[in-house]
Amino acid sequence: MVDNDRWGNLLAHCILIVGVALVVFPIYIAVIASTHTGSTFLSGTLPLLPGKEAWTNYTTVIFEGRSRAGTPPIAQMLWNSFIMAMAITIGKLSISLLSAFAIVYFQFRFRLFFFWIIFLTLMLPVEVRIVPTFQVVADLGMLNSFAGLSIPLIASATATFLFRQFFMTIPEEMLEAARVDGAGPLKFFKDILLPLSITNIAALFVIMFIYGWNQYLWPLLITTDPSYYTIVMGIQRMATGGDSEPLWHLVMATVVVAALPPVLVILFMQRLFVKGLTETEK
Amino acid sequence: MSSIRILNLSKVYDDSTHAVKQINLNIDDGEFIVLVGPSGCGKSTLLRMIAGLETISDGELYIGDRLVNNLEPAERDIAMVFQNYALYPHMTVYKNMAYGLKNRGFSASEIEERVQKTAKMLEIEQFLTRKPKALSGGQRQRVAMGRALVREPAAFLLDEPLSNLDAKLRVQMRVEIKQLQKRLKTTSLYVTHDQLEAMTLGDRLVVLNQGQVEQVGAPLEVYNRPETLFVAGFIGSPSMNLIDIDHLDKSINAHALSSLPKGTDILGIRPDCLSSSQPNEPSIQLECNMTLFEPSGAESHLYMSLKDQQQILIMRVESLKQEFSEPYFKVYAKIKDIHPFNKLSGKRTD
Ligand SMILES: Nc1ncnc2c1ncn2[C@@H]1O[C@H](COP(=O)(O)OP(=O)(O)OP(=O)(O)O)[C@@H](O)[C@H]1O
Ligand SMILES: [Mg+2]
Repeated sequence: MVDNDRWGNLLAHCILIVGVALVVFPIYIAVIASTHTGSTFLSGTLPLLPGKEAWTNYTTVIFEGRSRAGTPPIAQMLWNSFIMAMAITIGKLSISLLSAFAIVYFQFRFRLFFFWIIFLTLMLPVEVRIVPTFQVVADLGMLNSFAGLSIPLIASATATFLFRQFFMTIPEEMLEAARVDGAGPLKFFKDILLPLSITNIAALFVIMFIYGWNQYLWPLLITTDPSYYTIVMGIQRMATGGDSEPLWHLVMATVVVAALPPVLVILFMQRLFVKGLTETEK
Repeated sequence: MSSIRILNLSKVYDDSTHAVKQINLNIDDGEFIVLVGPSGCGKSTLLRMIAGLETISDGELYIGDRLVNNLEPAERDIAMVFQNYALYPHMTVYKNMAYGLKNRGFSASEIEERVQKTAKMLEIEQFLTRKPKALSGGQRQRVAMGRALVREPAAFLLDEPLSNLDAKLRVQMRVEIKQLQKRLKTTSLYVTHDQLEAMTLGDRLVVLNQGQVEQVGAPLEVYNRPETLFVAGFIGSPSMNLIDIDHLDKSINAHALSSLPKGTDILGIRPDCLSSSQPNEPSIQLECNMTLFEPSGAESHLYMSLKDQQQILIMRVESLKQEFSEPYFKVYAKIKDIHPFNKLSGKRTD
């Protein structure tokens, strides 16, 4: 496609390197900043090499928190975020798998109507419907609870839509063979559709988990009890809360820790979907 | 093992396509029936109705003594082999074969025994732990057969099972399927549009056209005595020459034509019943010139056009002879080799 022109190659690499630097540099700064004392930060110039305070900074954020700013130790917040992200991910996946299954494989009245209703909600992200959703959650007494944190975010048109498209590419004979083999609808779902969808599930798992992990506005709105704070809102509180100047070195340490779980999820799931890609075929 | 009775079976699709029209057929226990017909004539539809994958619009279907119109495919005790095999890609060959048994509540030891037995019969034992992707087309075909056989069903339904194989493998599998069926004596319905499969496989041939049965009979019976113009043109390769009586030289052939049954206006002559030398028995003669010689090893075919007519005839010849290159030469067909038809009714007249 591209010919082996040396200068072209060089140019392409330059552009790529600049691009990568743009993305990576802020992350690098965050990592570096988390290893210095707070005063280094306030002196105005950002050091480009790691400092010596890594251990103290990280142990402080993980085990002590910043009680003055009203944030609990981040271990607690990490756990809260994890629970919320997992609940959202698993909830979204199960609901969208089931609804895609219903839409593709069952003939019922208004089937297309329901599909379009689901599709329309694609255009209504949380931020748009946040006020009515808050009202509902508050009336149901779900403020300051994991249920309140996750349930309103579970409905997912995107995943339903993707699974629907995927199911429609599975040849009809697969269903027919299963019917002849005596598999009812649920058996077919469990024994054939689920294993065939594993690659898609893994990919969506990553996307959904990060979506859940990065939720900011919604947790901020419905949690007042610090024991339900999530890590992302914790960072915000650390940066703005309290009377004193924000302790940037601690904020940066928190940021670095908060970025780890999504990375781990990606690494873990990637094995699954690379495996899926090489093993399944339709 | 059971018989299958089809009574006035009809299928009308939602878009009011009348795919199968009032079909009646009795299939005996252990019989091998081949359904054949042009594309879109309703073969698959009929087979899928028997399998229970397509609802029955009208009529009755009995497998054994049971009326199965409203039973699920699994309850009909049939097994189906699909054209694209429809193997479960994420399961090993063993699991593919065991799945139907597992769903029917067979014990693990019985499943093991049956799968091993079937795998041995089909010579796929060494593939049992592989997934379908790691098999060749022919091996996948065997696994698809195995998945059907392992259930020991009342009837096998096969929808063009060999059409995805190359020519050589197809011949080999054809022979194997025939032998298997003879051995297991399981009632089988086999859909194909391949002439050779149709002629060689079945005990009886069912020729379908536009959702209706044209003729039912043993393959040779159908070949030797096609009852309708459609069957005459469809069965046999290359297909039968159907010559309009008006295209013949009436004066030369007057005597021969007078011996044909009343109402005959189409003469059906197989390519191998034409010859370039005059037989010493009653025959008709045609004047032709050569348009194409098609050698194909064992037998060659000569394409000719009738003098003063558009019609193309096909004759089987052993070699290209000198006389064919003359502007016009004569070919002959014995009266007894002629299948007389009536154009209007489409039926045989004798
Ligand atoms: N789901 C459907 N809805 C409407 N019409 C259909 C449907 N399936 C098949 N048909 C029509 O029914 C007729 C018979 O189709 P069928 O698949 O039985 O043909 P066939 O004999 O198996 O042909 P082929 O040899 O090409 O497989 C065709 O005219 C087809 O267009
Ligand atoms: Mg078909």
